[in-house]
Order: sequence, then structure tokens, then C-alpha cells
Amino acid sequence: MTFNPLLLWYIPLLPFAGFLINGTLGRRLPRPAVTVIALLATGLPASIVLMLWRRMTESGTLSISSTIGQWIHVTGFHVDFTFSVDHLTMIMLAVVTGVGFLIHLYSAGYMAHEDGYWRFFAYLNLFMFFMLVLVLAANFLLLFVGWEGVGLASYLLIGFYFKKDSAANAGKKAFIVNRIGDFGFLLAMFLIILHYGSLSFDQVFAAIGASDVHGGFLTAIALLLVVGATGKSAQIPLYIWLPDAMEGPTPVSALIHAATMVTAGIYMVARCHTLFDRSPYALAVVAVIGAATAIMAACIGMVQHDIKRVLAYSTISQLGYMFLACGVAAYSAAIFHLVTHAFFKALLFLAAGSVIHALSGEQDMRHMGGLWKKIPWTSGTMLVGVLAIAGIPPFAGFFSKDEILYRTFADTDNPIAKLLWLVGLITAGMTSFYMFRLWYKTFWGDRRFDEHAALQDHGATVHAKATSTLVMEAEHDDAQAAHPHGVHESPAIMLLPLVVLALLSVVGGWVGVPTAMHGSNEFERFLEPVFQSAGSLEAVSAAAHESHGLEIGLACVSVATALIGWFFAWLFYAKKPGAAAAIAAKANPLYNLVANKFYVDEIYNAVFVTGLLFATRVLLKGFDQIGIDGSTKFVGWMAMNLSDDTRRMQSGNIRSYAGWLALGAAVVMAVMIFGRGIWVH
Amino acid sequence: MDHSILSLIVLTPLVGALVLALLPDKGKTMQWGALIVTLLTFLFTLHLPFRYQDGLPAGSFQFVQDSSWIPNPAIRYHVGVDALGMWLVVLTGFLAPLGVLASWTKIDSRKKTFYVLFLLQQVAMLGLFVALDLIIYYAFWEMTLVPMTILIATFGRTKDRRKAAIKYFVYAFVPSALLLVGMLWLYFKTGTFQLPDLAKAAAEHHISGNGPALWLCSLAFLVAFAVKVPIFPLHGWLKDAICEAPTAAVMVLAGKTGLYSILRFSFAIFPEQSHRVAPLMIALGAIGIVFGSLIAITRKDMKELAAYSTLGHLSFVTLGIFTFTISGLDGGIYQILNHGISGGALFLLLGFLYERYGTYDMRDLGGLAAQLPWMVTLYVVTTLSLIGLPMLNSFVGEFLILSGSMQANNPHHILWTVMATTGVILSAGYMLLMIQRVFYGSLGVVSERTTPHDLNFREHVAMWPLVALMLLMGVASPYWMKTLDANGVSMATVPSPVLPVVATKSPLTPSFVDPELKAGALHEKATPAPEGRRY
Repeated sequence: MTFNPLLLWYIPLLPFAGFLINGTLGRRLPRPAVTVIALLATGLPASIVLMLWRRMTESGTLSISSTIGQWIHVTGFHVDFTFSVDHLTMIMLAVVTGVGFLIHLYSAGYMAHEDGYWRFFAYLNLFMFFMLVLVLAANFLLLFVGWEGVGLASYLLIGFYFKKDSAANAGKKAFIVNRIGDFGFLLAMFLIILHYGSLSFDQVFAAIGASDVHGGFLTAIALLLVVGATGKSAQIPLYIWLPDAMEGPTPVSALIHAATMVTAGIYMVARCHTLFDRSPYALAVVAVIGAATAIMAACIGMVQHDIKRVLAYSTISQLGYMFLACGVAAYSAAIFHLVTHAFFKALLFLAAGSVIHALSGEQDMRHMGGLWKKIPWTSGTMLVGVLAIAGIPPFAGFFSKDEILYRTFADTDNPIAKLLWLVGLITAGMTSFYMFRLWYKTFWGDRRFDEHAALQDHGATVHAKATSTLVMEAEHDDAQAAHPHGVHESPAIMLLPLVVLALLSVVGGWVGVPTAMHGSNEFERFLEPVFQSAGSLEAVSAAAHESHGLEIGLACVSVATALIGWFFAWLFYAKKPGAAAAIAAKANPLYNLVANKFYVDEIYNAVFVTGLLFATRVLLKGFDQIGIDGSTKFVGWMAMNLSDDTRRMQSGNIRSYAGWLALGAAVVMAVMIFGRGIWVH
Repeated sequence: MDHSILSLIVLTPLVGALVLALLPDKGKTMQWGALIVTLLTFLFTLHLPFRYQDGLPAGSFQFVQDSSWIPNPAIRYHVGVDALGMWLVVLTGFLAPLGVLASWTKIDSRKKTFYVLFLLQQVAMLGLFVALDLIIYYAFWEMTLVPMTILIATFGRTKDRRKAAIKYFVYAFVPSALLLVGMLWLYFKTGTFQLPDLAKAAAEHHISGNGPALWLCSLAFLVAFAVKVPIFPLHGWLKDAICEAPTAAVMVLAGKTGLYSILRFSFAIFPEQSHRVAPLMIALGAIGIVFGSLIAITRKDMKELAAYSTLGHLSFVTLGIFTFTISGLDGGIYQILNHGISGGALFLLLGFLYERYGTYDMRDLGGLAAQLPWMVTLYVVTTLSLIGLPMLNSFVGEFLILSGSMQANNPHHILWTVMATTGVILSAGYMLLMIQRVFYGSLGVVSERTTPHDLNFREHVAMWPLVALMLLMGVASPYWMKTLDANGVSMATVPSPVLPVVATKSPLTPSFVDPELKAGALHEKATPAPEGRRY
């Protein structure tokens, strides 16, 4: 089967067309039309990706690229509009279009009662456009287009309920924090141009491969790229925007802040692996950032009450795992976890959205409980997601997380690899704990929600935290009236994506069963052409053959850890509810520290925001007013005084005139005699 | 070959101004008249890019008209453009009708004065971009000052308008006097006012062997231009002038003329001095970006915010052109055009908001997004363009500038690049803050009591060409760059080092000078005259 490379351009451009149509005309179109346009705009690219996939399985390998013109061209430097697809891109394309389409479908049900329906889908399509550009890009600058663009879409979608100050603030915060990351990314690109004169992946990586540079400026470039990645993928120190991003509608959290956009940093590091392989120092930094973020976010996640925030911290923590994997040069493991995480985290968010939908906007788990009988589909699919993320075999998360932990343990380049593994293991236990905590608190035990209130609130649905004065005005259309009131299961259009994602969360890991467990690790072999030059890969695979016993042993340890996490969750939240609160009360200072997210937001605010504004107000404004304006006024004042003095010279007094005349003559003579050189050369 | 198209472009608004001055100020005569004249001018300017020839040798001008005017001193009517001048002429022509549309209802008294001055301003700017004779150039340069000053003084927003006008005038006028001295000194040394001749003489080190004098002269040029840009810290006039001036005037107030003049005259006539002063200018550029952006964050008044953001954006251009790298120069020149478009769009939108709400204070506004969907859409697009979102125009310019700055052969170039790059964070900061305060959240005091009406037809017509260009220039930059690149390449060439000064006879000898002075000028020993006998 032939594949026209130009079709690659339709993959992102179709969502863009959807954005343009819905963005300009959507206000006047009926809702079904908006839905159809948005779904087509994501469904058609998905089918193109499917065609690509078929062609790839037929020919066994895949490497397509297509250039349609130049974007920037100055003498000595140019950037083209080039897309290329290799195996890594293929996986990202499949995830983005597949999960993206499912979430679009879900949104059609979830957003049905919201005002600004067309706006929502326009932004969502815009996001798809930029995300697809990001993964298809064949050079740094085009990748940066997607990189900034998804940030923009994220800004617009987080601030979707723009009348709420918290949402507008969260959107702005996300954009600006991401810009800090972009600052690093930009500087990295400038250095790459300085040293290689090009931004094309092929050229730059070939040049790096051909040279024998290790460390040095490559470390600088790699670290700057890491700055970019920490911004986009919400790692220490720039993770602070992601929890706030939960102000956006839940499908947005599922698509952008869990499954796709936030994994862009991981993708970028994997894409630039040639560069990172040359800089052990940068890799070590990546690994440490990843491990530290994983455990820190897991700590905070254990004490959150808002169902979406638990998931947000869980996302940060899981992204930490992926960073850790990149840091030990196990790129395919990182991408594997990226894929399984996309499945189960999208599932968890969508299920959480379904819960919130059922409770008409309630997000606090303290006001949930006992929901499993009311919304069985949601609770069932969510349980699958919980099992997957907790790392219980044979669910997807087990295989990918285990791969990362094993690779970390087996890494010989990093002197603190064993410590990093231990951190990862502890995090796995915590993950299991907070996820089961979430499930028990939501679906198990006593009912703590007010069914009556839920019923009344339904008139004005706000899926984000309902602040009744600020709610968007809901449209009371027919669909609304037909909707069952009270706590209710979601409509089929929302359940279908849940079921599909639940299935994927079960079987998604089976493509990467390690050889130690009698699998063939197809996933890793699939990515081998991309990461071949990683060098360490063959070595690790070779080592893996010798240590099957070790790998299985480690797997048993991590399963045991996950079970311990589950046990405590069951003990505290199913068996003896209230025990957790008692413990929290006992360890009060510690609990407060964690519950307040280690006060990082407050510290950043005090140091950066307040500090900067204070400095600006006092120093710069002072300079502008006193220095610039003041000097202008001073000059004016001088001029006035001088002219005042000059005026006095015209006194009408002959003697004084004669005096001035003599003085002038003296000056002229002095110039003539001594100063000739000044004038004539 | 003699062309008359440039003269036609300059004369059209001049004739238009005369006609408007004679017509009665009734109904919408003035608006329509000005609109027709500006559209006609714009149409003529479009002739240039269609007929522009690529690939001519660096430093050559096209559409040249060169005829003698005054034999002594040798002032010629000499006009012509290269890619830089051409695109600035087109940009000026393009923005003028939008300026008229922006003033359509806002200016409702003394319309005749307004539109006549507005057209004269056009004449001055167009003339400035095409003049190749220093004296003609200087005449247009001074002419840009007068209508603008009167516009600010007459149509300013608050009672401080006269102060702002005087400040602007004095700031721009005083260095201009020095500029004139510099020009006369050049004439005295070379006997010509023609830019191509001067550039050639400069490249061959024939202007003067007197290093310090040449330095002083180059500074007289640079300072006069830098004030007009403005380059930090010469921006004292900017905030007041922008806050006071009516929208149509603000759109052409800052940036273009000063930056063009630096590129055209400072770089061509004083290549060595410009290279020597570059480290300082790069530093000022980087500082200006951070300074302007930081102050903008603290502003509550939208026009003040826009003024400081203008300083920040123009500092990007300063940084870029003084790197003397191809990327930096190309990006800098491109960014001049971008700033004209995106900055112009921002000022248009601010003007529209002011017409509706009568305030620029963000604290009084808020929650407008739900009331003015088109306004917020265009505002967000303009903001994204200004903060350099890829695929929109400014990104191309800023990216090239910063990457050029990283490549610059300049001490501490990494430091200045890093500092300048923080501008991308800060600009996002103040612009998004402004959007949030004006459009999001709950309704403000003023927006609550004003009946909202979204953009009307006229305003749509004014905005959409700008928005289209933002996208087009962001995606299809090679179309512009392929012509502009020649400028960048020729300016990025490092000047040949100073040769030992040899006494050379300039072929162009002015005839009015005193023979003795002339001898001095040509570096010959004057006939020795005993001191005593002379005096």
C-alpha cells in the first residue's frame, strides 16, 4: 500500500480546519454540527494514522518525511516546514489521535450542558493541531511551534470558565511557567545554531554522532532542554502550574494535563537522546529530577481531598518516573510508560469526570463515598485504572513501571542508581496507597454527599468547583430536561470511551512483556531503530539475559510494595474510616507541611513574584522617574536658568557690553592661536 | 533610468492635504477625503514590491530619481529605495488608511486640522524613507516632528497634552540640530550630500582621517536617531507622548523612523564606529528589553503599559541590528515591520476600547470577554503576536534576533542573550495580565455601567488586514526575507580595517569654500602665511 507523504500534512491541518470553522462560525451553528465538525477533525487524522500504521506493518519499517516549503530563510541559516515519521513518532501519533478522539467523544457528552460549547471544541481542535505538529516536526523550531502552541491551547482551556478568577489565574500561571521552560528551550536552540548552524534533527544529530564531543557545550544544551522539559512536563522546579490547571474542564485535564501535552517533555528528551547520551551529567540531572519529582508529588497526592488534584499530583509523579527512565537512558521504557500512562490516566480522569458529572460539580472526596452502586460502570472502569496505575499485574502499568524500575536498578553509569531505584519503589507503594484511597473514598463506605443538593444544583451545571455566583449560565434546552436528575450514571457517549480506555489499560502493557517473563518485549524492539544509537541498549539487553532472575525478583518486590500500599489504603479508608485522620492529627506538623504542598507556591510567590515586583517598583520605577524624567526636567531647568543669566547680559549698560566684547575677543583670539588644530585637519 | 513612482507616492498625500485644506469641513468629507488619499497612496506603494528586482548588488537602490536641484551647495533631488526602504514605505502606506478608520468617529472637532496634519505626517515619513540626499532627508526628518507635535498638543487625551508635546519636540529637536551639524561637517569633508557616495567614501576611509572628529560626527547621527527610536535610556518622551497622542498618531510614533535612519545612515556612513559602539548598544538593547517589560508589568494604565512594551519591543530591534550578524540584522529589520503591524493593532484595539469605556485604567474594566467576543478574540491574537507565539509574525523576528545575538562576536554575548531572552517570559507576563484584568473575571466599575457593543464594521475592516498579516508574516516569512536578506548580508560585513591615512584628493570639490579651508579639508598644507601678516 502506498502512502502519499503529503497526507502527513492533513494530520495536523484537519484539526486546524476544525478550529477555524468552529472558532469563527461555531457560535451560530447548532450543537450537533459543532460536535460533528470537531469529531471529524480528530477522527480523520486518526484514520490517516491508521493507514500509516498499516503501511508500516506491511513494509516492516517506516521512515517518511515531507517538506512543503521554507519557513525562515536567511543567508546561512534556514528552517523548513518538514514533517517526518519514524517509529517513535508513530507511537506518539497513535496515542495522540486515538486518545484524543476518545476524549473528544466523551466531551460531547460531558460538555452538553455548558455554555460556550463551540468555543470548547474549537480550542480542543486547536490543541490537537499543535500537539500533532509537535510530534511530527522534523526540526527543533517546528517542534517548538507545537511546544508553545499546546501551551497556548492549555492556557485557553484552563481559563475556559474565564469568569472565575481562579480559572483565569490558573491559565495565566500555566502559560507563564511554561514560558520559563520555553526560555530554556530557546537558549538551547540558539546554542545549537551557534555550534551546528542548523536546527534539523537529522543534521544536528548526525553532526553530534560524527563528532567525538562529550559533555562541554552539549551538557549546556542538554540542561537547557531539560529546563524546557521540566516546564512542559511539570517536573521540579516548574511543576507548580499543573495542579492549578485542574481548573479547566475535566476532559481537558484528561487530554492535555495527563495523556498528551505533559508528555511532550519526555518525547523531546527521547527525541534528543543522541545529545543526552553524550552528556552523562545531564542524564544524571534528569534522573534525579525525575525521582525527586516522583516521590514529592506522591507525598502531596496522599493528602489531597480534591479528586482531580489527587490525579494531578499522580500525573506529576508518573511523569517523574518517565523522567527517571530517560535519565538512565532507558528511553523506550520511558515511552512505554508514556503510552500506558496515557491509557490509564486518561481513563482515571474521565472516570473522575463522570463522578463529578454525576454529583453535579462536586470534586471533594470528603463529600463522596458509597457511589459504586449508583454509578457501577464508572466505578468499575475506574477500578481498572487504579489497578493499572498501582502496578498490579497483569494490568498495563505493571509492565511499564517495572521496566523503569528494573532499568534504573541495572544502570551502571549512574553511581546512585540503587538509591534512585529505592525512591522509585517507595513511590510505587505510595502510588498504590493514594490511588486506592481515592477509589475507596469515592465509591466505598458511607454516602457523604447531599443527594438533594445535587438535584437542586443541576439546573446550573458547572463541572468545575461550583461557586454559585460565578457559574456559567446553563442553557435550559431539551437535552437538559430529558436528563435524569440526582446522582446518575453518565450517558453512553461518555461511557464508551471509558470502556475502551479500560480495555487498553488492561491489555496495553502486554506488548512490552519483558523476556524474563517469557514475553518478547515487542515494544522495545519496535523502538530499537530510533534508539539504536543509544549504545547502551544492546549492552543492557545483553545484561538482561543474564539477570532474568534479578528482573523477576525486582518485579516481585514492586508487586509486594504495591500490595502493601493497597493494604494500608484498605485499612484506613475501607476497614476503619477515621484512622487516617487520627494519624494525621498525631503527626500534625508533618501533615500540614505536606497538605500545604511543602509551601512551594508560597515560597515562589514571595521570592520571584513579590521580589521581582518590589524590585521593579522601587528600583526601576525610581530610575525611570528620577533618572530619566528628572534629568529631562533638570536640563529644562538649567536651560531656563542659563537663559535667565544670558538675559541679564543684555543690561543696557555700555560698560558691561564693552566688558563682554573684550572677553569675547579674548576667547576668539585664544582659539585662533592655540586651537587651530581643532578646526582644520 | 529615472522613475517617478517614489515622487508620486510622496506627493499624493501632500496634494491630498492641500485639497483637504481647501474643502469645507462638513459631514464626513474630511474622513472620506483622507481615506481616499491614503488608500491611493497605499495603492501606489504596492507598485514597489511588484517591480522590485532581487539579486542586485548590495547597496544599490531602485526606483531612483536623481536630478540636480541646487548646484551650490550641491543638493540634489535624489530618491530611491532598497528592500528596507521599500517595505517601510509599503508599511507606512498600509497603516495610514487604518489610522483614518481609527479616527473616524473619535475625532469629531477640528477634523480638518487633524486630517491635514495626519497627511502631512505621512508625507514626512514617506519622504524620509526614500530620500538619499542628506539635506532632503533632513528636511523630511524635521518635518516628521512638526505635525506630530501639533497633533499631540491639539488632540491629546488629557490636560497634560501640551507638556507631552513639548517634551517630545525638545527631545527630538535638540539632537536633530547636532545631526545637521554632523551632516554639514560631512559635506565639508567630502563635498557631497549623496548617501551612496558617502557610503562609498566611508568604505574606502576617504571621509576624514580625523578619528575623533569622525567619532563625534557618528555620535551626532546615532544620538539623534536613538532618541527617535527610542533606545534605552533616551525614552523619556515615549510614555507621555504615547499616552497623549491619538490612536492614528501613536501607530506611527515610535520605532520605524529612528531605526531606519540608524540602518541607512549610521551603518553606511560610519561602519567602523558603528561596530565599535555595538557592544554598548547590545547592552542597552538587552537592558531596554528587561527594563521596559518589568515596568510594563507594574502599570495599571493600558496605554502606559503599551508604551513600555513598545520600548521593550524596539529594544529587541536595537539588540538585533547591532549584533552585526546576518540573523540579527535580518531579524531586526523584519521586527521593525512586525512592530509596525502588531503594535499598530494593539493601539487600534486600545483606541476602540477607549471609545467605548472612556478609560485606559485596567482596574475599572474587567469581564469584557463575555460582552465583546470579537474584541477579545482579536485582542488575544494581537497579544499572541506581540509575545512572539510561533507561526505569528514577531516570533520570526525575535527568534532571528536572539539567535543572532548568541552568534555575535561581542564580549559577554551569552550574558546579553540570556538577559534578552527573559523578555519572552516577561512579555507574556504583562500582556496576559492585561488580558485577564480587562477581559476576564467579573465586570469592573466602568464596564458594568456601559452598554456593550462589539466591534462594528469599520473596526473589523481596520483590524482584519492586520491580523491576516500577522499570520502571513509568521508563516511565509521568506517572501519578505528574500528581499531584506541583501540588506542584512551587506551590513553584516565587517568593515575593512583602517588603512594608514594617505592624503587623497577628493574628486568632488565643493566650490563655495574658502580656498584655504578647502586646502585644509583636503588635507593639504595651506600656503604658509606668516602669522603676523595674516592678522
